[in-house]
Amino acid sequence: MSTQSLAYAHSAPVNLLVGTRKGAFIYRGDAARRSWQVDGPHFLGSIVNHLVLDPRDGRTLLLAAKTGHLGPTVFRSLDAGRTWTEAKQPPVFRNATPAETGRAVESVFWLSPAHASQPNVWYAGTAPVGLFLSHDGGVTWEPVAGFNDGLYPEIQGKVNPGPDGSLLHSILVDPRDARHLYIGLSVGGVFETVDGGQSWSPLNRGVEANFLPDKDPEYGHDPHLLALHPLKPERLYQQNHCGIYRLDRPGLQWQRIGRAMPSDVGDIGFPVVLHPRDPDCAWVFPMDGTQVWPRVSPGGRPAAYRTVDGGASWQRQARGMPPEQAWWTVKRQAFCADAREPVGLYFGTTSGELWGSTDEGESWSQLAAHLPHIYSVSAAAEA
Amino acid sequence: MRVVIPSPLFSYTSGQKELEATGNSLEQLLASLDARYPGMRHRMIDEQNRIRPHIRLFVNGESASSLQRRLAPEDEVVIVTALSGG
Repeated sequence: MSTQSLAYAHSAPVNLLVGTRKGAFIYRGDAARRSWQVDGPHFLGSIVNHLVLDPRDGRTLLLAAKTGHLGPTVFRSLDAGRTWTEAKQPPVFRNATPAETGRAVESVFWLSPAHASQPNVWYAGTAPVGLFLSHDGGVTWEPVAGFNDGLYPEIQGKVNPGPDGSLLHSILVDPRDARHLYIGLSVGGVFETVDGGQSWSPLNRGVEANFLPDKDPEYGHDPHLLALHPLKPERLYQQNHCGIYRLDRPGLQWQRIGRAMPSDVGDIGFPVVLHPRDPDCAWVFPMDGTQVWPRVSPGGRPAAYRTVDGGASWQRQARGMPPEQAWWTVKRQAFCADAREPVGLYFGTTSGELWGSTDEGESWSQLAAHLPHIYSVSAAAEA
Repeated sequence: MRVVIPSPLFSYTSGQKELEATGNSLEQLLASLDARYPGMRHRMIDEQNRIRPHIRLFVNGESASSLQRRLAPEDEVVIVTALSGG
């Protein structure tokens, strides 16, 4: 990002792109981030897993949708959500040979713009796990054969469906190298490619997988979300089914930084969010992962936790949130940061509430309520 | 032949509930519908040519499980979106 565009991002109004189980909503903020005007619902009744702005052009929106009846597709808007056009060729697996049991995409789960040097190139992750690529801004999609026909057949015995199916998510592009990607598979683990997706290597050393009989597997883990710092791309954070981790490349060994979380809260959750300018600062949103895995706020007392030292310590940030009897949590795509100074944080809950902070998590306020179950929230600087 | 469209697909047919289309088989019928309403077939039929789990195709009142089901001009095809809850 150039200095000029960074300065712009520091002051630009923010739009919150919200995907829910029953459609999408866009919340348009004022300059102070205090007042939010809702635009929507878009695609009422559709399951919207992800709604993402292309930061390279500041105007293209892609939306991953399906309904209870109809198959999955991708919609595209070039006018900030006023009009939408369906992809001419949505992500689909190749036709199976007679000897194969062909796979079919059940939902498009994740959308990632590719490298800044590749305008109109996007990646999509699906359930069941599949990786797809578009060269035309999401109009047509093609399978990434190196994953779908290369890595996947090798590992499929350990790619097990979780509660939401087997998912490919967290498609992260190294800002220094367009061919260097990370992906997360739930369940399956973290994998890396340095050749644009032709070949892949597992990257799970040090990560626990207490649900597998093998206590030190090469893959088969359950990353819930990966994050890569844009200004320090060698630094990765991971919120996993088995804790919070950090990895500084070229190292290969993840460190369980969640060990420093309070023991009565634990380090289980879905999202992890990074400060856009400070690689040592990150936020998580813990959930109850004990016994039968309630997947609600621990003790019914929701809170974000922030680290400012790369995970050596964590501070609870709950001012403004319900102090008790709040049994919701935050899904993996539903917690995000903007690029403003101070950083704004936003999350959507499984109970349909949208919350925000304009002081880096010191205090929170409810921006909207009574929405459907929220799957994704992303902050987009208004063009 | 007469084709009855379920409401989840009205976004493709501009709200048209019944229409006339041609085809010697369900496969051909769906291809002709997709030519008129691009993207419609994909929402009903997956990439392995399987009818999606919550879609049913009825020909003259009988459920058809194969896209190779032959059709005649006087047939009626009803596309049903089966209940999918929640």
